[in-house]
Order: sequence, then C-alpha cells, then structure tokens
Amino acid sequence: MLGIQTQLFEAQDIRFGPIDHETHPAVESKWTHDAEFMRLYDLKPIRPLSPAMVKKQYEAIEKEMEEDRNLFYFTIRAREDDRLVGKALVEWIDWANGNGFIRLGIGAAEDRRKGYGSQALSMLLRYAFSELNLFRVTAVTPAYNDGAIRLFQKFGFVEEIRRRKAINRDGEFWDLVSFGLLNSEWREQAAA
Amino acid sequence: MKDLYRGSLVRLSASSPEELARHFARWNQDTEFHRLADDRPARLLSEKKIKENVEREQFSKDPRAYRFSICTLAEEKFIGVVGLVPEWAHGDGWLFIFIGDRDYWSKGYGTDAMRLIVQFGFLELNLRRITLALNSYNTRALKTYQKVGFVVEGVQRSDGQREGVRYDGIYMGLLREEWLAQQEAK
Repeated sequence: MLGIQTQLFEAQDIRFGPIDHETHPAVESKWTHDAEFMRLYDLKPIRPLSPAMVKKQYEAIEKEMEEDRNLFYFTIRAREDDRLVGKALVEWIDWANGNGFIRLGIGAAEDRRKGYGSQALSMLLRYAFSELNLFRVTAVTPAYNDGAIRLFQKFGFVEEIRRRKAINRDGEFWDLVSFGLLNSEWREQAAA
Repeated sequence: MKDLYRGSLVRLSASSPEELARHFARWNQDTEFHRLADDRPARLLSEKKIKENVEREQFSKDPRAYRFSICTLAEEKFIGVVGLVPEWAHGDGWLFIFIGDRDYWSKGYGTDAMRLIVQFGFLELNLRRITLALNSYNTRALKTYQKVGFVVEGVQRSDGQREGVRYDGIYMGLLREEWLAQQEAK
C-alpha cells in the first residue's frame, strides 16, 4: 500500500506553509536585526533589512522557485496561532546527481528550544527524500553553531568535510563543517 | 617584484571571447574531458551562446571570478583555463582549473598553472585560504593538487553518479600559512 495519507507539511507543533507577502515581511525584518541569529543562519556579511527589502527577497525567491526549479522554500508556522516562526529550505538541487543543500532557521529567540527546529528538520528530510527523491542532502554550518551541529547529529548526519579556518568572525577563525545524510541512511533510521 | 603571470611552462593571459568560444566549443565535444572537469551533465552549446556567456562575464562591472587563460610559453598555445572566485568576507577562494587540450595532459602544465594561481591568490588577492573540489575518480587531478600542497579536508560521500556508479566528491584546502612555509622551505 502506498502511504500517501501522511501529511508532509504537518507536525506536532508546527506546519510548513507558503510565504505570506502581507504579514511575513515585518516579522522577518525583525529577525534580520538580530545579529546573533543572522550569524548562525548565514555566512555572508549580515545587514538589517526593512520590511520592503524582505518583500523584494520573497518575490525573488518565488521567481527562482518557479523558473529554476531547484529551490523549495517553506515558511514554518506555529500551529497554535499560525504565526511565522522560521523558514526551511532545500536549495541548489543538482537533479542529475540527486543532491540538495538544506537550511533552516527559527527566527525569534523565544521560539527556540521548543523542538520546532527538530520537527522542521524531520519534515524537511521527509520532503527531500520521499517527495523530491534526492539521493543525499548536505548541510553546512560554522563550527561555532553548536545547536545546528547537535541537531544534525541527532538526525544521523555524518560529518564529511571540515574546511579549516574558513570562517572569520571577530578576528577568530572557525572551521566550516559539512554534514551529509544519504537517502538509504534516512530510510534505515525510519525503519529502525 | 616577481612576474605573477609567468611560470616555467605556462603563463596566465587573457583571450578574446571569440577565441575562448572557439576552443570551448571544441573541448565540449570531448566528454571524457568534461566528466573529469565537471559533475554536471555534459551539454553542447553553440559557439555564439558560449561567446555571449563569456562576454557577459568578461565585461561585467564586478566579475566574480579572476579567470585566466593558460598559455604555453614555448608555442604561445591556449590550452586551458584557471581561476579563483574569492569570498571576500572570510578570505577564502574557490579554485577551478581545466586543461582542455588533451595533448597537454600529464606533462606538468596543469601543475605549473596551479602554482601560478595559488601564488596569485595569496600574494595578489591576499586570501587566507583556497578551496577546491574534485570528482574522486579524477586521480590525476588529486596528485596535482597534492603536489602543490593542498590537503584533503573531507569527502562528500556518493556525491555524484556516472555510468550508474556513485562516486565521492573530494574537498581540499590550502592555508596561507602552509603555503608560506612551503615557499620558505624552497
């Protein structure tokens, strides 16, 4: 029996949804003003964005999803009130080789440590492996992001690459760590 | 001051879009070459389209890559391309290289070009480190990169598939201090 009854976008406390161009820009604009969050989420130099700039980014994301077909972007909403709590995505998909990069973030400090990230990663992996049928996924994070590293390890990711001293933060140098999980490994875990 | 563009077998130079397009169109016909140099599916673009792509890159206001033609010193022959894409904020540069002309494989031309681009990265772009990746079946490239001082930093397992077989992606890095120590030892 093909188990298509499983809802791909519903978890215990959160759900995946599309971008809301009306209400989300103001929320995400706030996240971009949190330097600590941005340095965990992104490697590029950070800068705060106004709601109008975020809105432009959302339009670019949806355009890319439509035209290039190698980006799948989800907003993470709390089930209790549907408010935006984060984002989860599969990007830079290389279809010929079955590879994709995954990324997720819980934007507001008060929404962290509630298991939202874990539930989002679980849904994202199911989507990448059972819907996109990717062969493997990759997640890259600086060595100082303990929370991300613990999360990837919990889901069975294997540390594959350590680009030595590739990240410079406040004059300190950190390794850039790359984790990989194969579709076969994910299936074995699910079966166990 | 040293001549950053001149090695012992090759020099780094610039080619016209017409010349690049002519050579790329020919090299693209060689799928063994393509599969050594790349992990994407082979494809054939017209000379016109390649020329437009090259022009867009060459004449853009802020080209992302420092890209050079590799020319032999002896015959002034254009045999391949080498370059660096810097990530300025962290001082890391992505290196790419290919020798399209098969007559110049395994004869030291690639190694010489590698030495020049690494030197360019550290002495001209002032990078802190250089990163590169290769397909695990490209053992010739692995040897060349090791000869120039690159260290394997990890392996992306089952990164790609060719002829029904999964292969790994090998990631290598060279730190500025490692390269400087290597220069002193010479």
